[in-house]
Amino acid sequence: MKSIKPGVLQPVLAESSAARPDLIWRIKSMIRCTLAVAEMDFRKLRHDPMELLTRAIQPALWLLIFGQVFARTRAIPSGNLPYLDFMSPGILAQSVLFIAIFFGISVIWERDLGLVHKLLATPAPRATLVAGKGLAAGVRALSQALVIYVLAALLGVGINWNLAAMAGVAGTVILGAALFSTFSLIVACIVKTRERFMGIGQVITMPLFFASNAIYPIDMMPNWLKVVAHYNPLTYQVDAIRALMIQGGVSMYGLITDWLVMLVILFALVAIGARLYGRLAT
Amino acid sequence: MIIQTNALRRCFGDLVAVNHLTMTINDGEIFGLVGPNGAGKSTVVKMLTTLLPPTSGQALVAGCDIVTNPAGVRRAIGYVPQLVSADGALTGRENLNLFAKLYDIPRSDRRQRIEQAIEFVGLQDAGDRLVRTYSGGMIRKLELAIAMLHRPRVLFLDEPTVGLDPLARQSIWQQIRRLVQQQQMGVLMTTHFMDEVDELCDRVGIMNHGELVVVATPSQLKAAVGTQDATLDDAFAFYTGNRLDTTGGYREVNQARRAAARLG
Repeated sequence: MKSIKPGVLQPVLAESSAARPDLIWRIKSMIRCTLAVAEMDFRKLRHDPMELLTRAIQPALWLLIFGQVFARTRAIPSGNLPYLDFMSPGILAQSVLFIAIFFGISVIWERDLGLVHKLLATPAPRATLVAGKGLAAGVRALSQALVIYVLAALLGVGINWNLAAMAGVAGTVILGAALFSTFSLIVACIVKTRERFMGIGQVITMPLFFASNAIYPIDMMPNWLKVVAHYNPLTYQVDAIRALMIQGGVSMYGLITDWLVMLVILFALVAIGARLYGRLAT
Repeated sequence: MIIQTNALRRCFGDLVAVNHLTMTINDGEIFGLVGPNGAGKSTVVKMLTTLLPPTSGQALVAGCDIVTNPAGVRRAIGYVPQLVSADGALTGRENLNLFAKLYDIPRSDRRQRIEQAIEFVGLQDAGDRLVRTYSGGMIRKLELAIAMLHRPRVLFLDEPTVGLDPLARQSIWQQIRRLVQQQQMGVLMTTHFMDEVDELCDRVGIMNHGELVVVATPSQLKAAVGTQDATLDDAFAFYTGNRLDTTGGYREVNQARRAAARLG
């Protein structure tokens, strides 16, 4: 390995004589880069907040129309919760999903510009470029949480106003948005064009949403769908939000399980995304 | 030597985009890479900026191997891609701030460095405006400012003046020259414009079909043609066997026009 073949170049700086390779410095730099990428998105939102408003329309319609009507049918067994109380967390999770699942398209935009190339040529670890995007999606999703809390309260949903519980919902929303937006970024890295991306986005949102406990309990489902729902991260997100957001809400799996499942999936997706991100440059 | 390559090669399937590229670029030198579309210039830049791994061969950029130490390479280089690399939805200063953080410029220096860079390219007054309101020349200047923030040892410029009007080109040329003088960095630039080569480059490499055909100074190239008053265009035709034409594939033309439209 060390023997030098004739005509082979000898690096002056060998591998990872990287300025300071100690662990704490690395972690700090990863956090800094992640925050920097997220901050960029946050600043964009500040320059142009219209998007957040238009994004809030869809969940509002679900709550106002679908929710109101289905609350009257009493066809869906929602346990000891009124149906609207049962579905509000599901609609929150859904709007998080909708924001996040199309978030990956931003990297396709950035690729059509030269921004992706520029970012990939910086020393920022690629995992942080991916994680930063995820965090940014989380911040966007929080605005949806705000809208749905207000709407749900107006509709008479029994909201749990406990601050710790609300912080828990915020954390779950950020986690869920980061998870699904990273998934979407992976899809974007693979398909690379807007048209294909939109097609795939449409195709996966519906099954993700309906094969979950968002608007009806899993017990109602046929067995095969139950299995799918148990592998669906959205189920765990809804479960955690339902337990924390609603008075009398209970978690089916336990909050710790919900969060752990989401965290593990998020880390796995960020790792995959970091590997695939470089493909955008080619 | 700031860049050294040894038998660098990159294939895409059956296509050999870059074949057996061996060259060196010195500190403080502006090296121009020219060639018809599809000659492999962009692939060379992508490999040297660690965006694309080589199929075989080796390259050192600022002493770091592009395959075994890409992080070292990335710290040492500044890169202005051909397409627009500043975010239009952010202000000039916000763009600079983002990259200052990604390049790990210490917090205490950040503001000062950003102001220096923005002053260097003369965008002080426009720094707080959204980049999408900038003219093409201003965007390129901002990109230069971003690329110099971390004081790189090598600068990669991919067709730096494509889509710019003559005045903006002059001004970008002047800034590239000042930058090289001030910071003694090496520059590798690709271009289609022979006047740009004449104006800026200390040495030129002409690529054709993935091979580096010749490396020489602009005056040597003109002399090699052997006719009176030969221009660089003549030299280009002499070495590549065809006149300069910019008919790339659909995708390339599309991208170049879009970039030009955005910059204009």
